[in-house]
Formats: sequence, C-alpha cells, structure tokens
Amino acid sequence: MAEFPTVSSIAADVAAGRTTARDVLDAHLARIDAREGEVHAFNLVMRERAMAVATEVDARVRRGENPGRLAGVPIALKDNMCTRGVETTCSSRILEGWKPPYDATTVQKLAAEGAVFVGKTNLDEFAMGSSTENSAFGPTRNPLDTSRVPGGSSGGSAAAVAAGFAAGSLGSDTGGSIRQPAALCGLVGVKPTYGLVSRYGLVAFASSLDQIGPFTHTVEDAAILTEVIAGHDPLDSTSIPQPAPDLVGALGAGVKGLRIGRVADLPEGADPDVLARLDAALEALARAGATIIDVTLPSLSFALTAYYLIAPAEASSNLARYDGVRYGRRVAAGDINTMYADTREAGFGDEVKRRIMLGTYALSAGYYDAYYGKALKVRRLIADDFARAYAKADVILTPTSPSVAFRFGSKTDDPLAMYLCDIFTIPTNLAGHPAMSVPFGIGQDNMPVGVQVLAPTLGEATMFRVAAELERAV
Amino acid sequence: MSAGEKLDNGLPDGWELVVGLEVHVELATTTKLFSASPNRFGDEPNTNIDPVTLGLPGALPVLNEQAVELAMRIGLALNCRVQPCTFHRKNYFYPDLPKAYQISQYDQPLNVDGHLMLPGNVRIDVERAHLEEDTGKSTHFGGASGRIHGSEYSLIDFNRAGVPLVEIVSRPDIRTPDQARQYVNELRAILVAIGASDAKMEEGSMRCDANVSVRRYGDPLGTRCEIKNVNSVRSLGRAIEYEARRQVDILETGGAIRQETRHWDDADGRTHTLRTKEDADDYRYFLEPDLVPLAPDAAWVERVRAALPVLPADRRAALAALTGADVEGEAVSVVVERGQENYVRAVVDAGGEAARALVWVQQSFADEGDSPRLPAGDLAALTVMEREGKLTATQAKTVLGDMLARGGGDPRTIAASRGFEALDTSAIAQFVEDAIAAQPDAWAKYCAGEEKAAGAIVGSIMKASKGKADGKVVTILLQKRRGS
Repeated sequence: MAEFPTVSSIAADVAAGRTTARDVLDAHLARIDAREGEVHAFNLVMRERAMAVATEVDARVRRGENPGRLAGVPIALKDNMCTRGVETTCSSRILEGWKPPYDATTVQKLAAEGAVFVGKTNLDEFAMGSSTENSAFGPTRNPLDTSRVPGGSSGGSAAAVAAGFAAGSLGSDTGGSIRQPAALCGLVGVKPTYGLVSRYGLVAFASSLDQIGPFTHTVEDAAILTEVIAGHDPLDSTSIPQPAPDLVGALGAGVKGLRIGRVADLPEGADPDVLARLDAALEALARAGATIIDVTLPSLSFALTAYYLIAPAEASSNLARYDGVRYGRRVAAGDINTMYADTREAGFGDEVKRRIMLGTYALSAGYYDAYYGKALKVRRLIADDFARAYAKADVILTPTSPSVAFRFGSKTDDPLAMYLCDIFTIPTNLAGHPAMSVPFGIGQDNMPVGVQVLAPTLGEATMFRVAAELERAV
Repeated sequence: MSAGEKLDNGLPDGWELVVGLEVHVELATTTKLFSASPNRFGDEPNTNIDPVTLGLPGALPVLNEQAVELAMRIGLALNCRVQPCTFHRKNYFYPDLPKAYQISQYDQPLNVDGHLMLPGNVRIDVERAHLEEDTGKSTHFGGASGRIHGSEYSLIDFNRAGVPLVEIVSRPDIRTPDQARQYVNELRAILVAIGASDAKMEEGSMRCDANVSVRRYGDPLGTRCEIKNVNSVRSLGRAIEYEARRQVDILETGGAIRQETRHWDDADGRTHTLRTKEDADDYRYFLEPDLVPLAPDAAWVERVRAALPVLPADRRAALAALTGADVEGEAVSVVVERGQENYVRAVVDAGGEAARALVWVQQSFADEGDSPRLPAGDLAALTVMEREGKLTATQAKTVLGDMLARGGGDPRTIAASRGFEALDTSAIAQFVEDAIAAQPDAWAKYCAGEEKAAGAIVGSIMKASKGKADGKVVTILLQKRRGS
C-alpha cells in the first residue's frame, strides 16, 4: 500500500521542511473531496480546524521549534472519542449535536505531537457492530470495493486510511472493532493491552473491554501511533501505571528464536482462503527463524457467548445515562418515565436496543448467576487457557476475520452471523491482552486478508516484532 | 442487657420494637468522591460540576484518597474491621442520578463488623460502613406532593452529585425510640470528633432511614418497613413511635405487615406508603469496571487508627472520673460535646473545685466553644470562694457573669465591688434565730416534719440578709436546730 504517504514519512518531511503540513493536508482534503461522497468515512470533516492546525504546525517548523513526532500528520478520529467543542455522536441520534467540553486523553496526546485532525469517522452506533451498517447516519463503504463493508465497528476510521483521507486513524476495539476492519481494508490495526492506552474521553461501550488503538498502512506507523497514545493517565483508574513502551525500536529485531503459537483447536468458521493465508504467514515466520508450536485454547469456543453477555451487560449500564435529562436528544413528554422511554425509543437504533435488553436481562435478579456470573467464569477460563499457551509460545497467530470483506446486507438480517465476525478477535479482549491485524496477501475476490498476532499482557514489543516480519515477508 | 428484657418502648404490653438504622453521612472532603470539583454545601446551583459529576460520555471516575481515609476513620472509630473492598454500580433511572447508576459498595464494603455503645452499656452492632457517591438534588415545582410525579417541572442541582458518602448500617439491635435517638446522637458526636463530617441533619449532611418492625417477645423478626425522610433526631423518635404503633394496630386486628418503603410526613406525624416491595427497583448490581479494587495496606490502616482522636465515650468517662459526675448525665455529655473538658481540667489544675467547675461550664459556657476566653485560673478562684463559703451560688453566678463579660478578672475583686461579702456561720445563725422567733407557726410545722414549711423561714432569712446568707448553710443550721 505504497500509494499513500505514511505517518513516518509525512512527519519527517514536514519537520525537515521538505513539505508543509498545509500541502499534506490539502492533498488529503482533495482525496476526501473526490471520494468521500462514495465512501462516507466521516460523520464530520473538520476542514477549517485542520487548516488552522496545519498552519500552526508550519509556523512552528519555520520558527525552528520542535513540531512533534506527528508534525502535520492527518489523523482521523472515530466519532466516539471526545473532541472539545466538536460534535461527538457515536453515530447515534441520541447524541446528535452534542459537543463535549473536553478532549479525550488520546486526542490530547496526538494533538501535542502536532497531529492534524481531519475529521470524526463513522461507526456502528456506539461501536456495536461489525460492518458499520448500524450507523444512524448510513453505512461506510469499503474503499477497495464499495459494494462491500469496511468492517466495524471502526469502519469509518479504517476506510479513511484505506482511501487516503488520513495517514492514520484511531479506532476503539471492544471485541475486534479495530482488527476486523483493518483486515477487511488491508491495513494494520492494533488493540493494545487493556490499560495501556487511556480510555478517558472514549464514550464507553463495554468498559472492561474497550481499548483505543491505531489504523495505519505500515507496522512502523502503527508502532509510532501506539507509542504516542500509550502511557499512564491519572484520569483513568484502569490505566497501567507505567510509561509508554518502545515499539519502533523492536521492529527490526526479526523473529529468530521466537516461539509462534498455532492454535490446534481453532474454532471453526474461517474461510479456506483466510486459513491458507494464515498457513503462509506461519511458514514465512518459520523461514525467518521462528519456531512454530501447537497450543490449545479449549475455552475459545465459549468466548463469543461470554462476550455477548459481558459486553451488553456493561453497555446496558453505560448507555443508561442517555436519558434526555442533561444533554443530547430529548423527546418531550408529560411525565418523566414517558420522556425516558420516548427519548430512548427515538434515539437508539435496533442493535443498540437489542444489546441493552440482552444486558439488562443478563444482570437481572434471578438471572445474574446463570448469565452474567457464568460469563465472568468463562472469562477467567479463557485467561487461564492463554496463560498456559503463553508458557509455551511468545505470540499466537490466528486469522483476524473469518472471511474477507462481505457485501452490504449479507448479514444484517442475522445478528448471530454478524456476531461470528468477531470469533477470533473477542478472546483477547476478554483476556485484556494485546493483538494486532497485519495485512498478509489477497484472498477471495481479490480482497485483502489479515493475520492476527496475539501476545500476552504488555507483550506489544514482541507482537510488533512479529508483525514487522510478516510485513517484510508478504 | 439481656435479649428478653422488657424495655419501655411505648408499645402495648407484650410487643417488642425492633429497629435498624441506615445513616448516610457526607464526608468533609475538599473535593468529590470521583472528581476534582469542590465538595461544598450552599454554593450557587450547578457550579461545582465537571464531566465526571455530570456523567458526560467518556468521563471516568478516579477515587479520592482523602474520602477513603475519612471512611476508614469512621470504620475504625466504630470498631469496624477495615478490609479490601470493591465498588459496584447500582443501576436505576432518576433525573438527579447523572450516570443512571450510583457507584457504591455492595458485597465487599470497606468497613465491617463494628459496634457502638449506648448508655446503660447497650451495644448496637454496626454491620458495615461503606463508601458511595451522593446524587444531585431535585426540587419539584407544581403539583401537590412536592414529588416528581404530578409536578409541572423539576430543577436539579448537581453540586451534591458525587459528594462522598459513608452509609453506616446498624444491625436490628435497637429496641426503643430513645435508643434510636441515642444512637444517632452518639454517632454524630463521633463523626464530628473525628472530623469525618459536620453531620448536620438539617443541612442533609447526615440522613437517617429507619427499618422498623415489631414482634411479640420471643417471636422471630417481623416484616419491616423502611422509613425515609426523617430530618431530625426528634423526628426519628416520632417516626419510629408512629410506625411501630401502626404495625401493632394492624397485627392486633389480625392484619399483616406489607414490606414497603414509607415516607415520614413531619407535619401530619404519620408515615405513608412510598413504594411496595413489588415495585422496588432491580438495581442490577455489578462490579464497577471503571475502578480497580481498593486494598488499604495494614500500615495505612494503622496510621489512620493511630491518628484517631480520643472518642467521645472515653472523653466522657475521663471527665466523669475527674469531676465525680454521672458519666451518663447531661453535664458530662454537654461539656464533652462542646469540647470543653480540657478547660474543666485546666480549672482543676489551677486549684479549682472539679464538680463546681463542671456545673459552671455546663451552665454558662454554651457560647464559648472548645477554648473559652475566661482564664482557667479565674474560674478556679471562683469555685474556691464558693467552697470557702465566701459566695452564695446566686452571688457566684453574678460574679461569673461579670467575669465572662469582661473576658476575665479576679472574682474576689468583683465580689467586693458588688458588695458581696461572706456571711460567716455565726452571722447566719443569728438570722436563723430571728426568723424562727418571727414565724413560730411555720417553725412548729417544720419541727413536726413538714419540710415545705422551711420555705417561709428560709425566705425571710434571705430577705433579711439581702441574699448574702448561703442557702445551703441556712438549711444545715435549720436541720441542726430542729435536731434532725
């Protein structure tokens, strides 16, 4: 994917004065003007603000000041990250028009390094979905084939990078919402260790699973963005109290001597073209000096079920605040309970309502033990399985998505088929581990296939080493 | 106290009252439980707010260390065990609950298994004292009830939202309305003494719900009703009395108690159904994923314990021992509540009479706070004059009034300037003889054992001596003269 400039090349060129942030931005805005109507990556293009920031970056360069690691790099933000004074909707009618009075920590960190925000990207409403078809503002199309979905829920952030609207973007990943669209759009997508990146200012879907991460064209770009957004944040109690890791430095280390886990009891459901690319990736790593080791993860077959109890349970609580009282949409009514009901009926889409009901039920008196409580036990079993596997292997390789990008409408009438899109990505969220998707060739219908590299808690450096090797090998 | 002992609970014979109290106190922290907004009462509405307080999308809670420390102080002062704990979400919809869940503690609270002692060596067990956040404050306009249903509109002040609370839950060990009042008074005294809360029921920084049930002695616990909206210690007693009586009346006429939450109406002196058990919320408690478990290490707990001040009960015991007064008497409790026992001790150290010093401080130092302006030596000198019979009680009170007004002074000088001279016993004896001679009838009655008859004689002595005769000396002389 050399057709668009990378994060690292833009930042280097802007800092060195070989180009200007304004020129870089103009080139990206030109691509937005040309294709956004067709792709619909954005809920909002921040044209004026982006120009002002780019101009400021250029002024800093002219004054000889340090313009930051991301000087003039156009970045797109998933529209569930709070941006001060800029509409943040989560692609939901219920938040339409809401302007946060504060920036998310990740947004602040990117801005502090000279990033230029080009827009807020479309998503499945409140990040609930795997195709971006659940957006209240219409779906996003896959720039590689606009008859196909970009994946989801961070479909807009993936499409924005794939279409050259931004050099990189941030998404959020609760059950695969970065890795799956990255795979479907031919990008690198990273879900960091839970707690490595602050969630402050990320509108919560499922708090114990949500994690912010980048989309980029290259593994190096992903390492740069992950380094910038990682690190302890006192505003997030679940943030890990240690500084951001060195990832860029790990990229050239190769995989000689690393033990790569192949999951012997991988859940069924992946298409043959996807499995073929996984085998090719394992062979490439073996050729580069890694050892392939079989591991088993027997609890994996329960992960999807556990996830669809835990995530909706948390969501039912996290989304209860959208009640029409303080902000966002309100449907006026004669009494408070009717106002709540009418507001939420009008403000939420079907998938959000489905998950709120599922989660409310799972937490209810008399059902908690059978559903939510049991799901928590499965979550522990999965973590135990991983712990045993990581005693033998440094990283584990699996498919990211069971299939390449699918066509619009092919799964919208069958929620379970849609949920199965995340079967390979969900377990890492439940375990709190890092994982990333790396493009590894082409599958069916000439669409890209992603391979997923999984690592134990704070195993990002090793994970990036392996990803860099896959990138070199493809 | 044995379990079967029958106390005066205001109920008909055979009925036992069973009460447990849930007391919420706002902690005296600088900032809120999970955000940096000020925790301050009485500010302009909706000024102490921020994204966390308002539950804005993306905002996250961060636990306030000072709140944890004050909560631990409460637990330790109530003899609780401080333990590793977690936070849960309690989910329900209400306009003044910004996130639609309250962050509270559920099955693993910070403080457990404590107790509090009441007069008469009555022990009330404290089940738990846990941390949670307060809600905003709603005011409903229009409509008759002052409640949200039927009102025209409501205004919400979120200044109180997120203020740290500790909920102190007693076991159902309280048996009389008096004990309930004593429990709340003692709890308040402790909270103020340890600086955890100003514990003002009238400002809502201390709120009390009562779980009330009745049973025939020896029976298992009856069905309870929870009484809310009790806004003073006096109302607490009245509400419990009313509610217990209501339940006894139902049971005595063959009815059954329905478990429900009832609202105390202070104006009409009754409780009314607020909601029944059937329409109670299902709070769907689950572990708060935005916070991590809290495990105060032993060193921290011991630091907090070591820094606790002497508690009111121990202070009362010490003051009683010093002055010989009743440890459960009003003088001791009032003086300790005002924090004036060190002053009494200073008076004694300056050579004063302990018992008299206690009485004067109780009676005349209500406005003086815990460090009275009057030099302890001056009050000591006054009590010595009394002991030596140089001032009557009435004269001493006048002299003390002058001393307080001037912020001090030698009582001997003041007494002299007021013309208060000591009458020695022989002078008083002469007044006694004169009075007996003047009122032979009264004297005869007094000698016949009619104690009241002494009043007329004493009165005439006081009049004749212009109040300079010490009443106590007069009484002793009369008794001697009668031969009793």
